[in-house]
Amino acid sequence: MKMKLALAVTGLILATTGMAHAAGELNIYNWGNYTSPEMIKKFEEKYSVKVTITDYDSNDTALAKVRQGGTGFDIAMPSQSHLPIWIAEGLIQEVDVGKMENAKNLKKEWANPDFDPGRKYSAPWLLGTVGVVVNTDTYKGPSDSWGILFDPPAELKGKINVVPEMSDVLYAAIKYNGGKLCETDKAILKKARDTLVNAKPNWVAMEYNTIEKMTAGDFSATSDWNGSALRQRLQKPSINYFYPKEGFTYWSDNVVVLKEAKNLENAKLFINFIMEPENAAMMSAFARYANGVEGSDKFMPDDMKNAPELVVPEDKKGIAEFMKLCDPATQDLYTKIWTELQK
Amino acid sequence: MSAAPDLITLNHRRDIRNRWLLSLPALLIILLAATGPLLIVLIYSFLTPGDYGDVKWLFSTDAWVNVLFQRDIFDDTLSLADAHISIFLRSINLSVMTTIATVVFGFPTAWFIATRPARTRELWLFLITIPFWTNILIRTFAMLEVIRNEGLVNMLLIKAGIINAPIQMLFTDGAVLAGMVYVYLPMMVLPVYASLEKLDFRLVEAAYDLYATPFRVLTKVILPIVKPGVVAGSILVFIPSLGAYVSPSILGGGKNLMIGNLIGLQFGQGRNWPLGSALSISLMIVVMIALLAYVRYAGKGANAHG
Amino acid sequence: MADRSGNFDVRHQGGFTLIAAFTFFALYLPIAVLVVFAFNGGDSISDWQGLSLHWFYEAARDDRVIDAAIRSFVLAVSAGGIATLTATLAAIATTRTAPYRGLSAKYAFINLPLMVPEIVTGVALLIFFSRVKMWTGYSGLGYLIAAHAAFCIPFAYLPIRARLESMDDSLERAAADLYATPFRAFRYVTLPLLWPGVLAGFMLAFVISLDDVVITEFVKSGGQDTLPTYMLGQIRRGTTPAMNAISTIFLLFSVLAVTIMFLVDGKRAKAQ
Repeated sequence: MKMKLALAVTGLILATTGMAHAAGELNIYNWGNYTSPEMIKKFEEKYSVKVTITDYDSNDTALAKVRQGGTGFDIAMPSQSHLPIWIAEGLIQEVDVGKMENAKNLKKEWANPDFDPGRKYSAPWLLGTVGVVVNTDTYKGPSDSWGILFDPPAELKGKINVVPEMSDVLYAAIKYNGGKLCETDKAILKKARDTLVNAKPNWVAMEYNTIEKMTAGDFSATSDWNGSALRQRLQKPSINYFYPKEGFTYWSDNVVVLKEAKNLENAKLFINFIMEPENAAMMSAFARYANGVEGSDKFMPDDMKNAPELVVPEDKKGIAEFMKLCDPATQDLYTKIWTELQK
Repeated sequence: MSAAPDLITLNHRRDIRNRWLLSLPALLIILLAATGPLLIVLIYSFLTPGDYGDVKWLFSTDAWVNVLFQRDIFDDTLSLADAHISIFLRSINLSVMTTIATVVFGFPTAWFIATRPARTRELWLFLITIPFWTNILIRTFAMLEVIRNEGLVNMLLIKAGIINAPIQMLFTDGAVLAGMVYVYLPMMVLPVYASLEKLDFRLVEAAYDLYATPFRVLTKVILPIVKPGVVAGSILVFIPSLGAYVSPSILGGGKNLMIGNLIGLQFGQGRNWPLGSALSISLMIVVMIALLAYVRYAGKGANAHG
Repeated sequence: MADRSGNFDVRHQGGFTLIAAFTFFALYLPIAVLVVFAFNGGDSISDWQGLSLHWFYEAARDDRVIDAAIRSFVLAVSAGGIATLTATLAAIATTRTAPYRGLSAKYAFINLPLMVPEIVTGVALLIFFSRVKMWTGYSGLGYLIAAHAAFCIPFAYLPIRARLESMDDSLERAAADLYATPFRAFRYVTLPLLWPGVLAGFMLAFVISLDDVVITEFVKSGGQDTLPTYMLGQIRRGTTPAMNAISTIFLLFSVLAVTIMFLVDGKRAKAQ
C-alpha cells in the first residue's frame, strides 16, 4: 500500500516537473535568503512572468554547477571575485547591461568596474565590505586594526570568531603583515601564517552564524560582512563595525545571464528592472546590504539610510580595494596555509 | 544414484541465479546513481587541477603524492603531510567515540523497546524517529540552544542554585560528541531493535533457571542474537560519521577540519579537485578494508553459534 | 524490581530502563526548545520575545518554504520506498546461504555508498547527471529520487539483513514442504517475520533522505530546493523561526501519522 502510494506520487512528480519551460518564465539561481520576495512579486506582476528561485551557498558550488550545465537556470549572481572566471570560461552571455535604459542609474564607482569593464555582462546586485565587529561592552579600547583578531586585547581572548572565508582571512593576515592583495612574497606569507597559527588559540570559533552569536554574547568580536554588522547593531547598539586601517575589501554580487538561458528576454527585463532605484531599494531592505543604484537611498528604510556600516567614509575609501581571486599557484599556497591552520 | 548430485547442483545454480536476480535492482540503482559516476573521480585523481576548479586533462600523480607527502611551502622540503594525517586521525577518533556512545545509549533503548508489549513496540520505534523528521541543521541549532551559555541547561542549573556561573559547553569536544550521538542514535537503535525483537526471552529465562551467571547469559544467549544488529548499527554509525561536518562546525565552532571538510575544501575554495578525489578514494579504501575485516571477524563469531 | 515478587523477569533491566528514559528525554529536549521558539514573537531563534503565531503565518505565506517542505517529503517517501523495496530483495539474496562467488563483493558494493564522502558523490553525480540532463532534456525530480534511493539503500539494507540473519528458515522450509509457492511462502511466512526489519529499514532510509544536504545541493535543478538546501542557503544571513515553524508542522504530521497508525492497528487487533 505504502509502496503503491509512493510509486503513484513519484509518477505524478515526474510528470509535472519534467515539463519544458513555458513562455513567461524566469529561473533565478541566487545565494540563499538573498532575494526580496516583494520585489520578485512586483516583477512577476509587471511583466506576467513566473519566477522560480533556487539557492546556492557558495561561489564554488554555483560555478561547478553552471560549468557542467543542464541546470535550467537563466540568471545567477556570482561574486565579483569569481566573475572573470565565468566570463573567461564562456558561461555567461554579453547582454550589454551598460547600454540598458536603467544603466544610467548606476553609481559611478560601480558603473565601470575592473572585473567587468563597460558592464558588458553584469549588473550589480548587492555589495558591501568585509571588516571587523566588536562588542564595546566587552572591550572599550581603541579598535581600528585587524590586530583585534590576530593580537587581541585580554578582554577579547576566547571570545573571537573568524568567518571561515579563506580568501578574506588570508587577505587580512597578509595585510596585517604589510603585504598586498594576492601577495606571493614568501617572507610575508610565512609571517601571515605565523600570525594566524598564533592567533587561533584566542579564537573560540570559525563559523558563519555571527548575527545570532554576537547578539547573544557567545562572541565579542568577529570578522564579518557589513550588512551582518548592521543587523547586529540594530539588535544590540553596543556592537560596532570598523574598517581596519591596514586595508579592507569591497565585495559585490553581480547579476549575469547564463549562456544556456532559455528565457533571454525575461532575463534582460529583470536586469533592467533591478537597476530602478525603487526596486534596488527593495532588494537592499530585504537583505540589509547596499546596492549600486543611485537614488535608491530615498526608498530605503530609515535605519539603513545613513548606516555607518553601509556608507564607507571618504577617508577610508583610499585603503579599500576590490576583492579578487589570485592566480592558481598563489591560491594553492593559500590553501596549504589554510589547511595547516585548521589541522 | 548419479542423478541426485546433478539435481543438487542444478538447484544450487538456480538458487544462485535467483539470488543475483533479486539483488539486481539494488545493485543497478547504486551503480547508476552512486558508485558508477565515481569512476569519474578515480580518473580525476590522476589529472592536473584546473586553474579555477575542475581539472585539466593532463596526466599527473601529484594528487596521490600529496595525500601523504607535502612539499613545504617555505623551504621546499618533502615531508609527511602531517596536516592530512592529523585530520584523518581526529575524524577516526571522533567516529570511534560516537560509535561507542551510540551503543551505550542505543542498546538499552532498543532493549527497552523490544521488551514492550507487541502492540506498542512500533509506537516506541516511531518515537525514536520522530525527532528526525526535522532536518539535521535545525536539530543541531536546537541542541545549541540547550547547551549554550545562556541556554536551557545552564539556566536551570543556575536557577536551582547548583552553579553560579554558566558552564562553557558549547564549542567543546564534548558538545561535538553529544551532537554526533544525537544525529546517529537511530542508526544504532533501529538495527539493534530489528534483531533484538527476535530474541525469545523464554530462552533467557530458561538460561537463568539453569543457574547460568548473568555474564554467561549475555555472552551465550543474548549476544549471538543481537550481534548482527550491533554490527549493522556500528557500520551505519561509524562510516557516515567519518564524513560528518554539521556537528563539528556548529557545536564545535569549526576551528578544526574533519575529513569531510578537508575534502570539501579541495572541491571548493581550495580548487584542487584531483587532490580531493585522491583523498576521498584513500578514505574509501581504508574504510573498505576495515569494513571487510570487521564483517569477516563478526561473521565468524556469529557462525560459531550457528 | 525484578526480585520483589520473586517473579523474575529478565525483560526488566532497571539500568536499561533508566538509560532508555534518559535517551528519550535527551532526544526530545532540543525538539521541545525548537517547537517553543517556533512560537517566538521576535525574529531570533534564541532570544524569547513573547508568544506569537507570526512565524507560522510567515511560513504559510512563503510559497518557497511550502514547496521545499512538500518536495522534501515526497522525495523521502519515494526514495525511502524504492530503497527499502530493493534492499529487502537484496538482503534476501545475500543472507542465509552458503558462500557463493561474488557474495562478499555484492555485500561490499551495496554498502559502498556509505563510504563515499557526500561531497564526492555530489560532484560525481553533478558531472554525470548534467550530461544526461542535456542529452535527454529531462530535468525533473527523477535524478534526486535516484540519487537519494542509492545512498538510502545501505541504510535500509543493513537492518533488514540483521533481522534476516537472526531468523532461522525452518518455517519457510516447512511452508515449502507444504507446497507453498515461493511467492506465497514469502508473502505469508517470510515477510511477516521480516517486517520489523523492513519497518526499521524504511524509517532509517526516510530520515536519511530527509536530512541530506550536500548531494541534493549538487544534483538539484532549477526550482528543486528541499528544506535542508533551502536552510543551508540561509545560514550565512541568519535563520529565522520560520524554519522552526515548518519543522513543528512536520513534527505534527509525524505525530499524527503515528497516532492514526496506532489507532488503526488497535482496531484491527480488536476486530481479530
